[in-house]
Amino acid sequence: MRIRHYFSVKPFHLLWPHLSLLVWFALWAGLPAVAQESPYIVTYNHYLEEPGNLEVEYLSTFGTQRGGNDFHSFLVSLEYGVKPWWTTELYLDGQTSFGDSTVFTGFRVENRFRLLDREHAVNPVLYIEYENINDADKVFKEVEGHDIESDSAGSNASARRNANHELEMKLLLSSTFKGWNVAVNPIFVKNLSPSEPWEFAYAIGASRPLALKARPNRCFFCAENFIAGLEMYGGLGDAESPGLHETSHYLAPAIAWNLPTDWTFRLSSGFGLNNNSHRLLFRWGVSKEFSGFGETLRRMFGGRS
Amino acid sequence: MKSLSSLHESIIGRIANRILLALFAAITCFPPAFAQSSTQAKHEEPTLYGPLARAPQSARQRQNPFEGNPQEATAGGKLFEQHCAECHGEKAGGTRRAPALLTPDVQQAAPGTLFWLLTNGSIRRGMPVWSKLPEPQRWQIVTFLQSLNLKAKKSTGE
Repeated sequence: MRIRHYFSVKPFHLLWPHLSLLVWFALWAGLPAVAQESPYIVTYNHYLEEPGNLEVEYLSTFGTQRGGNDFHSFLVSLEYGVKPWWTTELYLDGQTSFGDSTVFTGFRVENRFRLLDREHAVNPVLYIEYENINDADKVFKEVEGHDIESDSAGSNASARRNANHELEMKLLLSSTFKGWNVAVNPIFVKNLSPSEPWEFAYAIGASRPLALKARPNRCFFCAENFIAGLEMYGGLGDAESPGLHETSHYLAPAIAWNLPTDWTFRLSSGFGLNNNSHRLLFRWGVSKEFSGFGETLRRMFGGRS
Repeated sequence: MKSLSSLHESIIGRIANRILLALFAAITCFPPAFAQSSTQAKHEEPTLYGPLARAPQSARQRQNPFEGNPQEATAGGKLFEQHCAECHGEKAGGTRRAPALLTPDVQQAAPGTLFWLLTNGSIRRGMPVWSKLPEPQRWQIVTFLQSLNLKAKKSTGE
């Protein structure tokens, strides 16, 4: 019922921010560089951004909420490949709770470091992120500790008052074989408030392109441009009470469509696996890759290229 | 006594948090180890095409399943344009970011060597790994690179 409400009562008003972003993206032409993005929303594989490239992404999440208002959260991320072994990313988060308000909920800065030079059966990447987000954040880039659905039921006005400074570390383990990618991410989170314990979480995913060989001609709808996947993520408690009790978990089929015009669209539908989980987290994202961004900046500021 | 122990815990907690934040800042601002080892790598491999020599024997011996297939070479050309041309140049002639691929070092390399380098990249020299492209697509790119050699021979009348 709530989904129908979302799309029928104020469709234009709600979709306008998305449309304006799309127009803005479309007007900003970049150099040709086709991304090969995975369909994962929460799980990370070991592939980093190509050095010197900038990827701009907009990701939207519609979530159902029992005992409160359904919500639409959104984030914009800027991902930059500093080196072939180092990618850095900035996220800006916000959300609209229907019948409540729209709020900016904070930012995150993440860094990913590839630990080994060459490809191996399992490739480790170290992920370190600093988060400055408040309790109104509903982006669900990860579900950690004892995060459960009822945590999101409060009003934005009260939730946004409580800001959290967190340090999040992940070990991204990923393997690619015969076109399949399998990724496992153990997650460790520390709220920088001294009284808060370490929290634990996980994300796992598997994906595969719909075709392994490329066609000779440039095409938009051919199978090689689509990557389908499945991911599962959830909390594992905290240092004081580890385990699965009072935790939420999601299973999310996902698909990525990598266009030859360097755009990528992603669609994911996360289904809650227990009573502590939101029933549905429906997500879609659009991203564009700008190749040679770093070199362009260097030229603009008179540096060596 | 209780308040004293909680004060201790709070102080220890704050110190631990500051150490964590400092660690985050240090790793972000001064990325570890690699910078130094990257300089070392440049000294060890004086030529631009040094990474080709690092391919193990087993990788060199791998045969290209699409060798001489013009259709796969065309598909490889499309992939090259999409993923490689931004650094190696539209006609593989090289740019400031990456070397030319028309030189004898590359054109005379075994297909397995090129496939190995494409798969593993040369992280310390700025080339990312391309194993995210499925194996047949990497062979298609190798086929395209080998076809450049044939085209060059034809154009010079050899």
